[in-house]
Amino acid sequence: MAVDAPAGFGAPTGFGAPTGFGAKAHVALNDPKLRANFRRAMDGLMDKRAAQFSDAGEWKALRARGAAVRARALAHLPQLLEQLEARLTANGITVHWAETTGEANAIVLGILQQAGATRVIKGKSMVTEEMHLNAHLEANGITAVESDLGEYIIQLAGQAPSHIVMPCIHMNKAEIAELFAAKIPGQTYTENVDELTAAARKALRGRFAEADAGISGVNFAVAETGTLVLIENEGNGRLSTTLPPLHIAVTGIEKVLEKLEDVAPLLSLLPRSATGQVITTYVNMISGPRKPGEKDGPKAVHLVLLDNGRSRVYGDVELADTLRCIRCAACMNHCPVYTRVGGHTYSFTYPGPIGKILTPQLEGLDCAGDQPHASTLCGACAEVCPVQIPIPDLLARLRTEAVTPSSIAVKGGGGGVSLADSLGWGGWTALYSRPLVYRLSTRLLGVFGNLMPAWLPMLRQWTSVRTKPKFAAKSLHQLARERGFSDDQR
Amino acid sequence: MSATGRPHTVYFFGTCLVDLFYPEAGLAGMELLQREGVTVVFPQNQTCCGQPARNNGHPDEARAVARIQLDAFPGDWPIVVPSGSCAGMMKTHYPHLFENDPDHARAVAFSARVFELTQFLVDVLKVQLTDRGKPVTVTWHPSCHSQREMGVVEQPKALLRQLANVTLVENPRETECCGFGGTFSVKQPEISAAMVADKVESIQRTGATQVVSGDCGCLMNITGAAEKSRNLVTGQHIAAFLMERCHGR
Repeated sequence: MAVDAPAGFGAPTGFGAPTGFGAKAHVALNDPKLRANFRRAMDGLMDKRAAQFSDAGEWKALRARGAAVRARALAHLPQLLEQLEARLTANGITVHWAETTGEANAIVLGILQQAGATRVIKGKSMVTEEMHLNAHLEANGITAVESDLGEYIIQLAGQAPSHIVMPCIHMNKAEIAELFAAKIPGQTYTENVDELTAAARKALRGRFAEADAGISGVNFAVAETGTLVLIENEGNGRLSTTLPPLHIAVTGIEKVLEKLEDVAPLLSLLPRSATGQVITTYVNMISGPRKPGEKDGPKAVHLVLLDNGRSRVYGDVELADTLRCIRCAACMNHCPVYTRVGGHTYSFTYPGPIGKILTPQLEGLDCAGDQPHASTLCGACAEVCPVQIPIPDLLARLRTEAVTPSSIAVKGGGGGVSLADSLGWGGWTALYSRPLVYRLSTRLLGVFGNLMPAWLPMLRQWTSVRTKPKFAAKSLHQLARERGFSDDQR
Repeated sequence: MSATGRPHTVYFFGTCLVDLFYPEAGLAGMELLQREGVTVVFPQNQTCCGQPARNNGHPDEARAVARIQLDAFPGDWPIVVPSGSCAGMMKTHYPHLFENDPDHARAVAFSARVFELTQFLVDVLKVQLTDRGKPVTVTWHPSCHSQREMGVVEQPKALLRQLANVTLVENPRETECCGFGGTFSVKQPEISAAMVADKVESIQRTGATQVVSGDCGCLMNITGAAEKSRNLVTGQHIAAFLMERCHGR
């Protein structure tokens, strides 16, 4: 398509290659079952969310509060992290800082080894996915069993989560029934959801009881009170954090909130945005280990705070908005690209729109530079984001950083432009910034444009599923002049 | 502006896609304004809003082209645009694009004058249309930027509902992107293809024989895909559609 971009730009090769997004998308797009699973699931999630926010005024006011709470926390992030550490320590929780995922893995392993723990039960945590913690523990002789139903399913299947809230959303009932029959001893094939859930519950009960330690994520860490807030629906989070004698919580440094009252608007926004629930079944407020005289709770609680590039992102005033995210997944639930290619196409831990801005910042544009381009900039994500992250603007910004690096906050910028791109955009600018040249060119295109063969770069991709655009014989410039519309040159 | 708040003169920014591929839509848009008694000025030095470069990580190039538009529309008249996407670029992105630039104030003033065509017809001119066409069933496709950047949601439908012989059926997937996305359509051709196939199918399911839209990028994508797959759904820019209805063609 000749007008929208210069010739030469946009061949599917070139810097679209790093994570192989296009190649993986090709596979996903040609998997009718996968596409049906995602389409059905995302349609359901969008409807449920819409029902929660039918009052536009309430939504507008609440998300403004949510965004303000997160923005205020980030504005004072260094001080709040210090305050959080002091409060947690006073509450009896041991705080650890990890700059890299390697350091975080080593810290968790060290705590477990020191306690002599070999059996771990896990609540859901995307940061531990980011660290590939399970594999690290496995390599060191420690078995970590996922207890969130979705995580349990993909762990059985040997897969990574395809969604940050619903990790096995890419699978349907029949696939899960087959998996359970093959992997759970004594389980016969059934597509009855209650029976499947009961089978997982039965298999997991023993794992909870025998666990030496529980590992969980954190939704919000409150600096004012030193409280770790964990929300969940299955009770597995509460069991993982209270039953074993040792609890290790792992989270990113951005999850801190200033005050306890800041939890309220986010506690409303997160489940409503994520799954269309008014509130999650369980809301855990963890403020310390078992106290003398208490009969239950872990004897020791640790918090591992992971940076992994977040403080670098924090250094750029515009890109720092990425860190507001509360991981509700509304952006991916509403993303027309995610819906069609699924979470595994994104290669990294965080898929969908938030992944497209977060992954290139954490991993580097040289590593994931194709992700910001896997978007039409339709803005459906920003429309539903409960903390008002301007995702399309950040996508555009990262596209710019890939061409012209301007910020040390972004790793691996500047490699996203080829000679053909430079020439193409140079030509485009020369054409559209010279009105006379432009008018002459459009006249010529009106006469000769339709002779362009369909195999030309870009026109080839366009015409694979569409007819060739038809150039009009006369441009609007010509017609406006002929019809006597004034060309006011003041 | 006149004493009634109705401007006597407006600028028309045709957009580069309309210029080359849909000039009849541009002319219809100017006629719709003219028949309300408004003088329409079409600066011959206008080219493109600069969105393709901005969206592809080339803000310097986008600014160079955007500056040509600042020069081409020097008066203080409203700038009416037959595209929610180009209007969105000029209204919501120009101020940021010209940050720390000597022309920043000029860009801010420019962006404040930008209107999407149906928004201007309904909100400012409060047009009343008389339908002279034959009965037809249509559905509306909003571009992502018209609905999300310009907030244009009800205006085009209000215009279509003024037409006595036009039945407007809603597409349950109306707000979903058609997969155009400018260079996205050629950079991620397979994902774009999947999206536009779904869009064409959703349009067909409404029972409408025609899709009406305010953005030619979407139209080129949707009608091009419909035509290639021998689907009978056709498409038209809302300005051309409205003008035809008023003329009874």
